[in-house]
Amino acid sequence: MAEYESHDFDVVIIGAGGAGLRAAIEASATGARTALVCKSLLGKAHTVMAEGGVAAALGNVWPEDNWKVHFRDTMRGGKMLNNWRMAQLHALESPERVLELEEWGAVFDRTPDGRILQRDFGGHRYARLAHVGDRTGLELLRTCQQRAVGLGIEVFMECKIVRLLQDDSGAVNGALGFWRESGKLVAFGAKAVVLASGGVGKTWKFTSNSWESTGDGHALALWAGADMIDMECVQFHPTGMVWPPSARGLLVTEGVRGDGGVLRNSEGRRFMFDYISDFFAKETADTIEEGDQWYENKKDFRRPPELLPRDEVARSINSEIKAGRGSPHGGVFLDIASRRSPEYIRRRLPSMYHQFKELADVDITKEPMEIGPTLHYIMGGVRVEADTAATTVPGLYAAGEVAGGMHGANRLGGNSLSDLLVFGRRAGQSAAEHALGRSGTVIDNAQVDAVSAQSLAPFERDSGENPYTVHQDLQDTMQSLVGIIRNESELLEAKEKLGELDERASKVGVEGHRQFNPGWHLALDLESMLAVAHCTTLGAIERRESRGGHTREDYPEPDPELGKVNMVTRMRDGAVVVVREPLPEMPDELKTLFEEAH
Amino acid sequence: MPVTVVDQTQEAPRPTPVRIGGPRGGPPLSTVLRKDRWQVQPALTALGLLGFIGYSIWAALRNGDFYAGNVGRDYLSPLYSPCLTHSCTTAGYVWGGWNWWRVSPAFLILIFPGAFRTTCYYYRKAYYRSFWLSPPGCAVPDAGSTSPSGVRKRYTGETRFPLILQNVHRYTWYFAVVFAGILTWDAITAFRFPNGVGVALGSLLFVANAVFIWAYTLGCHACRHLCGGSAKKLSEAPVRQWFWKNISSPLNEHHQLFAWCSLFSIIVTDLYTYLVASGAIHDPRII
Amino acid sequence: MATPTRESTASTARPEATAPTPPATVTLRLWRGDEAGGEFRDYTVENLGGEVVLDVVHRIQAEQAPDLAVRWNCKAGKCGSCSAEVNGRPRLMCMTRMSTLDVSEPVTVSPLRGNPIVRDLVTDVSYNYAVARRIPPFQPGPREPDGTYRMKQVDADRVQEFRKCIECFLCQNVCHVIRDHEDNKPNFAGPRYFARLAELEMHPLDVLDRRELISSDLGIGLCNITKCCTEVCPEGIHITDNAIIPLKERVVDARYDPIAWLGRKIRRRPDPTPAKVAASFAPAAKTGEVISTDAPTRAED
Repeated sequence: MAEYESHDFDVVIIGAGGAGLRAAIEASATGARTALVCKSLLGKAHTVMAEGGVAAALGNVWPEDNWKVHFRDTMRGGKMLNNWRMAQLHALESPERVLELEEWGAVFDRTPDGRILQRDFGGHRYARLAHVGDRTGLELLRTCQQRAVGLGIEVFMECKIVRLLQDDSGAVNGALGFWRESGKLVAFGAKAVVLASGGVGKTWKFTSNSWESTGDGHALALWAGADMIDMECVQFHPTGMVWPPSARGLLVTEGVRGDGGVLRNSEGRRFMFDYISDFFAKETADTIEEGDQWYENKKDFRRPPELLPRDEVARSINSEIKAGRGSPHGGVFLDIASRRSPEYIRRRLPSMYHQFKELADVDITKEPMEIGPTLHYIMGGVRVEADTAATTVPGLYAAGEVAGGMHGANRLGGNSLSDLLVFGRRAGQSAAEHALGRSGTVIDNAQVDAVSAQSLAPFERDSGENPYTVHQDLQDTMQSLVGIIRNESELLEAKEKLGELDERASKVGVEGHRQFNPGWHLALDLESMLAVAHCTTLGAIERRESRGGHTREDYPEPDPELGKVNMVTRMRDGAVVVVREPLPEMPDELKTLFEEAH
Repeated sequence: MPVTVVDQTQEAPRPTPVRIGGPRGGPPLSTVLRKDRWQVQPALTALGLLGFIGYSIWAALRNGDFYAGNVGRDYLSPLYSPCLTHSCTTAGYVWGGWNWWRVSPAFLILIFPGAFRTTCYYYRKAYYRSFWLSPPGCAVPDAGSTSPSGVRKRYTGETRFPLILQNVHRYTWYFAVVFAGILTWDAITAFRFPNGVGVALGSLLFVANAVFIWAYTLGCHACRHLCGGSAKKLSEAPVRQWFWKNISSPLNEHHQLFAWCSLFSIIVTDLYTYLVASGAIHDPRII
Repeated sequence: MATPTRESTASTARPEATAPTPPATVTLRLWRGDEAGGEFRDYTVENLGGEVVLDVVHRIQAEQAPDLAVRWNCKAGKCGSCSAEVNGRPRLMCMTRMSTLDVSEPVTVSPLRGNPIVRDLVTDVSYNYAVARRIPPFQPGPREPDGTYRMKQVDADRVQEFRKCIECFLCQNVCHVIRDHEDNKPNFAGPRYFARLAELEMHPLDVLDRRELISSDLGIGLCNITKCCTEVCPEGIHITDNAIIPLKERVVDARYDPIAWLGRKIRRRPDPTPAKVAASFAPAAKTGEVISTDAPTRAED
């Protein structure tokens, strides 16, 4: 029978990115014995990749800015598919969360009078992103990490959670995982579990996400019986690197465009002016002259279309490439070299300069960058209750990218970092409160045995298929059939292929032993990625419209009726099913915000 | 050799075990895996430093021809400045005029710039690497790490006597500023000729020497700390901020360069003075 | 097993200016082994061009050695996970382009040799996390009368340089004070944490005084400023010039400089709050009890 190491905590947090750390800090402050479990070393989470900034209506640069404007921008950016209450809490609380970081030692860029400087970003009406050059995510993560270390929170590093443990009533009472280093089994008894495991990018081929983004939290919740919403809403960031091949997909920050970079096709044309949709026509410059003046005078001029929300820009780039006006390596050009001085570029975008210089041997102060859309973020995720971040399973909470609803059909840049802080804190607090009101937990050895046997099975099949091959095929399938532009026949084909991949994944074999074995780790991650792929594909089939990050060739327009429903995916009798459920209704006083002329 | 950490604190057990000792990966540290010629840098540094030490001992023992007053040039070798003996009485100033001192005055003078340079953060790096071999290069084993018997020697860095004295660097800097002032004066007098003001090749060398000495002295890490670096809020000390930002920090970035330039210019200036004073060469007058 | 097909990229790769015809294959000499010992093993793969060392390691993992242990996360030089010694030089594998290496002979990739080995290219970095816990955290002073904290960019600049650190621990690995003299580990913070301490000491809002700690428990005197930390830093942080030496000078202020001491007495400037001396290393963990599922288990309070 399985031998395992056991730990007992009030709250166990899975994932040590921004949301996980923020939740841990709050849970610990609320008085719960808290453990943080992460798949990598502490401080390596994908949050470090966030560049542009954290959106908060501080009003330091534009006193006109306030939570209502931020709320409106977020909802409009999300094509009104957002959970209004989450968007409201987010807009209300993010300034406080940012100031709190400063109190913990974060050093944001400053205004001349010594306050936090804010920068422009796509979809935000005012310069709203508190930032540190182009490494804001690192600053946020490091600040929370150092705070958590200062508070003495227990961190279990390089530990992969494979299943949540549940009691007879279905409530979550622990988690089971493996130490990556030793391959040994470890069980956590927990009165509440917070999922903060981040994204799903590795399910696709070209992604800005790190290896960890395999949708573990999504899958854990799904297997535990929780509802997922709008998993088809996946964001393709418009600007990812396309060359060299090894760097394909790596993010090029939106800050490049915020600081004056423009998009050109192979003919040198600033093509974004050809793609301004009616929805944003009122607030977007329609001539190059007006767009250029906006950088200097934001009050009297409208913003250039390069700064439209990400879904709009990504689709436009996709159209240009399809029309044969792309760059040599299959992207378009992002040009800041001809528009700003080398000193300015190096000061404002140090890590972009570094990234292109080191990886592509391109000097962005002299040449344009070649860029194209890359999978960046999943707006959909575990369905949560806005105020408490509670999922539909008792004792289970979710915050950050793994949670759905906050961003609707499309996320605005900068809203993810503030999302982490606002809902990380809320999840930590409610999990701790839930845990403190609950008596002890019992680890069910039968569950441990079953999961352990399943997880270790690949070692029994050393003649089985290589997990790397199955993973590559999964990525190819999702990239080509459930990519940026979708249609019914391809989605149905994808659904069928996923069935085959399930079959193959259940037969993979790994060589060697349990100690730090990446082949085995991938075999475990593969289960999660497949679960995500099913949810996304089913949601995409069912959402017969184009909205935000979800674009259907066969239904190119948004459908007002579908704009009122979430696509809910859940496990029923061992299979993923999808149903439509209505969005929560927005109160009238908030509705009026969308009627005002802007 | 694994290090056992003694349980002194009785803290709660840590979830991620702390292991600070234990078998390492890769081949033994004594196997250098670097493929570049890492030996070149420390060897060149050692050569340069030994060259300077050798030259300055020779120049100090020379105890003559350090002042070119005899050929109508007010040049005083930087190794003998300030002038402490009667040999340079025609110079614009005489500090000593001692006649009881028997050894070359250069030895007395060299103590001060010598101490400044010995405790200098750059030279420390240079000689720790090239003489102590501690370490001679990055990812190259420290010479002290494994003695032939295989027993590790204890390494104490700059925590014990005499190396703890490196902490007096800022005091040597105070003297270095005085010396930089004296050498500046020497550079000014180098424009003085028996028939008035003029310019000769030597005058220019003296100016270059003074410039390099100042660039080295003001870029000193201790100077950078004292002039502004120690401030918690530079924004509240505008003068210190200006000096730190515009003088000391930019010079400090090139501290290594100026350390060598000034070393070289001292040799050149001394040698030139010697050659002119001894009549070996003629100092061409420009204006 | 079949070699997975890859999108053909060799034809689109930009020709390297210096190498007219790059070799058709590249060989990596990788360290395979664990605590019990190990050896270098050669792996030869197709030379695809435009790759970094980590890409080649990944292809070896996918095609030849699925159990090859290696840490990596972002593959963009932002997380600092894939540290290793490439041809003997501490580097991030994701930021070392193959075109900068001589591939006519095998390229050696060994784990960080300053840390205990776990397996293959993975080493135990827990020492660093233990040091992090010994540093008294940031403690801000009072707010401005309007309830805000104010900070000027010139003050932020100094601190932001150190906050660029991605904690790849290459500096900790290369520092001979602990690489070659393991016995110093309990009494030495290492370059990464000197940068952290410099950041706190220079933080315009922080009010703690950590100088005594820096000179005693955290052992700044052991550093002989030979600058390897600065040489290997992938973020280009001037660890020695901007962090360690300023800290040494601050320690001189506090400990060795009578004039500075006298100046403080005369001007009656209150000394900042001295930081509490941090506890020594936490003991090696007793990571939970090991339980067999044969026996009934209860974990409750």
